[in-house]
Amino acid sequence: MIHARNLPFVTTLAIFVIAYGLCVLQFPNMLSTRVIGNLLTDNAFLGIAAVGMTFVILSGGIDLSVGSVIAFTSVFVAVMIGSFGVHPLTAFLAALVISTLFGCLMGAMIRYLLIPPFVVTLAGMFLARGAAYLVSTQSVPITHEFIDTMLGFYIRFPGGGRLTLLAMVMLIVFAVGIIVASRTRFGANVYAIGGNIQSAELMGVPVGATTIRIYALSGFLSGLAGIVYTLYTSSGYSLATVGVELDAIAAVVIGGTLLTGGVGLIAGTFIGILLQGLIQTYIVFDGTLSSWWTKIVIGILLFVFIVLQRTIIWYSDRRLAVRQLKEV
Amino acid sequence: MNWFTRRLRRLAPQLAALAIILGVISLVAPGFLTVSVQNGRLYGSLIDILVRAAPVALLTVGMTLVIATRGIDLSIGAVIAICGAVAATLISDGYPLPVVIAVSLGVGIACGLWNGVLVAVLDIQPIIATLILMVAGRGIAQLITEGVILTFNDDTFSALGSGALAGIPIPIYLWVGTALAIGLLIRRTALGFLIEATGINRRAASLAGVRARFLLFSAYAISGLCAAIAGMIVTADIRGADANNAGLWLELDAILAVVVGGTSLNGGRFSITASLIGALIIQSINTGILVSGFPPEFNLIIKAGIIIVVLTLQSPAIATVFGFIKATRRGDKLNHGAKEATR
Repeated sequence: MIHARNLPFVTTLAIFVIAYGLCVLQFPNMLSTRVIGNLLTDNAFLGIAAVGMTFVILSGGIDLSVGSVIAFTSVFVAVMIGSFGVHPLTAFLAALVISTLFGCLMGAMIRYLLIPPFVVTLAGMFLARGAAYLVSTQSVPITHEFIDTMLGFYIRFPGGGRLTLLAMVMLIVFAVGIIVASRTRFGANVYAIGGNIQSAELMGVPVGATTIRIYALSGFLSGLAGIVYTLYTSSGYSLATVGVELDAIAAVVIGGTLLTGGVGLIAGTFIGILLQGLIQTYIVFDGTLSSWWTKIVIGILLFVFIVLQRTIIWYSDRRLAVRQLKEV
Repeated sequence: MNWFTRRLRRLAPQLAALAIILGVISLVAPGFLTVSVQNGRLYGSLIDILVRAAPVALLTVGMTLVIATRGIDLSIGAVIAICGAVAATLISDGYPLPVVIAVSLGVGIACGLWNGVLVAVLDIQPIIATLILMVAGRGIAQLITEGVILTFNDDTFSALGSGALAGIPIPIYLWVGTALAIGLLIRRTALGFLIEATGINRRAASLAGVRARFLLFSAYAISGLCAAIAGMIVTADIRGADANNAGLWLELDAILAVVVGGTSLNGGRFSITASLIGALIIQSINTGILVSGFPPEFNLIIKAGIIIVVLTLQSPAIATVFGFIKATRRGDKLNHGAKEATR
């Protein structure tokens, strides 16, 4: 018997398997390891950002600054390497420190100034995008031997597909995210805050420290996503990745995480990312459909999942009520 | 008079912020405050602010009502794109102007009602419910324009965006008129009061006999309607419908305007006038940065800086601190007075 709480995740998984099966029936080539490898590489940066978003949403918050932080990191890294000749690893480290501190700052504003996360991260979104414009308004290409070796590193699948370094980073982030969410004290605290912040505080969960850590984690992962995006496009551009936060939120919701917080799985977000990638791949394979169908299909999927979640909550509430009635 | 001073006290922070921002800009950019008449219409940066503020101001009116019900409407930027696409398609197909306007407004209201169904009937959190249309809306707009930027040549329709009547640009009439109509409808009847009740505690309001579901529906419908008017202004202004960029991120500006206007995102008491001043503040910052000759790269970062300062000053934590200081001061005075008396 599947627990009602995990039902959204199982449904997403089932929908993904069925959708993939239907796609393969129409285009047998979609089963090839090449397609799967590309699907992972193309969505690597989105997946990494979505892991951070999952933690934020699990805690009952939201982070709108993700796309802007990715753009800032990518243009910052590109300028550091391209114009100042800094070694890529140093540039990466600096970018990660900045984005993590940025997340900390937003978390502190949310916790100590009591401004809603939506508004704080909205201001953060403007600030990060503005900072990206300050660094450079041009598309900055980067070439460096070290980056070439990084991009040249991959594991070959049977059938010609490649598991690139970028895809590996995403898979590692997901694996670590799953462990942190389900097996550590921090993860339990996140779920507790998302479930009910007052109960959590009364139980002794360090709400302040945890809130700051959640947004710092989201900032760090957005920075990492920015680095992956820079490697993926081999350039940095301050106008890039507009609206990525919406794709990340959509992936989280499709993956079965409740936007009210407290319920959800990191693994669900992974399926949500794969499902979005599958839609795009299908549109590419079909060739006649325009890319804006992606948006409409994602909208429809969002609708389906949200209604499904509502039904599950309503159903389990009713079952609970019936049980209580029986006890009485 | 009592009513007037109370209103003034409520609006004082916003008016002060607007005055300071306008003052700073006029120091940096001389000639900012001059308004002249050319070809029988008013020109000048101040007039420009009022014209350019039209889309955000219109969205702000609807957004204030939605936020007062403890909701949020993320979809209005996409609704602008949809209504603009509908208007441009009908215009280029040669339909008469009244039909075009009526259909566009109808589409806007329909979008609002869709959000209303999700929020009021299916009980979905507003932020997610409206996210659906925000994500899908631009795709729908692309579907209507068939993926191109649809341009048209119709002088009567484009007058909505760039025309003038008795020297005053038409967009100003549109947003001031809409705000007045909706404001009077809400505040001269009990509607506003009931909306506040719904926002503070929907269950309690329902139990007290307020038709919360109907009010939620109307708040989202009004929001859609305002977005439709804004969509027509934007489309008429550039004489074309750009499904990708029309109204992009305007919902965020509108939410900021409401927050700057001092209405809480937790619903309840609201002031449309304060939100409109908030919209003017945001537009003044935008125009001010342009006319004062800063490089455009600084635009967003200055805007973000000002917004963060305003938000911090308005935050509940700071209010508590101020309240504490005030209380201790009063306490000191009392103590002091008591000491004097005993002496």
